[in-house]
Amino acid sequence: MTDLTTKVLTGDPHAIARLITHVENQDPQAITAMKTLYPHTGRAHVVGVTGVMGSGKSSLLYELAQSYRKLGKKIGIIAIDPTSPFSGGALLGDRIRMTELSTDPGVFIRSMGTRGALGGLTNAVYDVVDILDAAGMDLIIIETVGVGQDEVEIVKVADTTIVVTVPGLGDAVQTIKAGLMEIADIFVVNKADRPGIEQTIAELQSLVDLDGDRDWKTPIVPTSAKEHKGIDSLIDNIKQHTTFIHQTHLYEDRRRIRYEAELFELIRKRVISYVLDDEKLKNQVETCLQKICGREQDPYTAADEILNALLK
Amino acid sequence: MTKKIRVLIAKPGLDGHDRGAKVVARALRDAGMEVIYTGLHQTADQIIASAIQEDVDVIGLSLLSGAHMTLFLDVAKLMNTNDLTDVLLIGGGIIPQEDVPALKKAGIDEIFGPGTPVDDIVTYIKKNVKR
Repeated sequence: MTDLTTKVLTGDPHAIARLITHVENQDPQAITAMKTLYPHTGRAHVVGVTGVMGSGKSSLLYELAQSYRKLGKKIGIIAIDPTSPFSGGALLGDRIRMTELSTDPGVFIRSMGTRGALGGLTNAVYDVVDILDAAGMDLIIIETVGVGQDEVEIVKVADTTIVVTVPGLGDAVQTIKAGLMEIADIFVVNKADRPGIEQTIAELQSLVDLDGDRDWKTPIVPTSAKEHKGIDSLIDNIKQHTTFIHQTHLYEDRRRIRYEAELFELIRKRVISYVLDDEKLKNQVETCLQKICGREQDPYTAADEILNALLK
Repeated sequence: MTKKIRVLIAKPGLDGHDRGAKVVARALRDAGMEVIYTGLHQTADQIIASAIQEDVDVIGLSLLSGAHMTLFLDVAKLMNTNDLTDVLLIGGGIIPQEDVPALKKAGIDEIFGPGTPVDDIVTYIKKNVKR
């Protein structure tokens, strides 16, 4: 295992890929590796790209990555697509738009299924970000699944969140009002070559203007991945946002939120596996479950009883 | 631990027909596998780089142009030089029966021709994955 982490630290794609697999499969040896890698993380800037399905996230991401490569940045890309709730399988198709990047040694792309996680991400994404970070990537771009209104988990892991929309969706602005609207650090209106672009920008602008007292004015960037337009402006805005969050403690605040979420999740998982690994506690869970199903006990009392037994 | 079989489905070379590749990709998805579909016009180098980054258990090539004796062999060769020997390599499309022995000798593990029930491919993969 130390061999694997050593290779990850040198940026070896075989090793990075294998460790990501271990993490995704919740292989116990991944934990040792993540402990070793942790001191080498915290350097990369994490950009989240989210938005409705079909808004051109993958194509945009390709253009973005190409431009960053010209600036000499090493890039890790995590592209997430939905896992089937029925078969557990997934069709991961984001590489289709990024073919040209495959053989670039300065780019590492990994497609991931959500594997049951809600919110547009996958549970392993935190560890995968750390792996790519430790492997020396300057920039990590995460593409969420195509989202609706409420998939906002991306803010827990991204330093800069880009929300992508397109003209001509009719009520697109309505759709993003409540959940997505609030998480955008930058709005991108992609497919700007299409009719209706002015109206979409104007509607977004009026929504942004309502947040008059915020320090960071969410910029609205029209892009056309097809015509390679607006990408430089987007990169410029990402740069400005990066400077902004570092100047205002927002960066530390966001990292804290991220690690808090990760720590709580780990504690929760550990407690549950501790209970299930202990024969006596496991039996108690079973007894409680039967009582709950038979309406003899409520779940709150049962949880308290199990926790009390655990703490003894 | 929850191990999932990961499969790269790729179309090498210049033919633009990916109906078959998509049907197979969908069938593997429905069998609980994670399928990475790369799209059309892939070079052997691109296929290998994708397979490494995605850490797949299987590479599935689909080809209808007749260039399989060149392109399938290129992929097989590059798998050896890139330390992907624990990855299963399968192919499909319009592959004449008389070419199959040479392909197998060159390292392609199995060829599935037109009319193969998709369940056969699923069963084959589940039985033969190397890790």
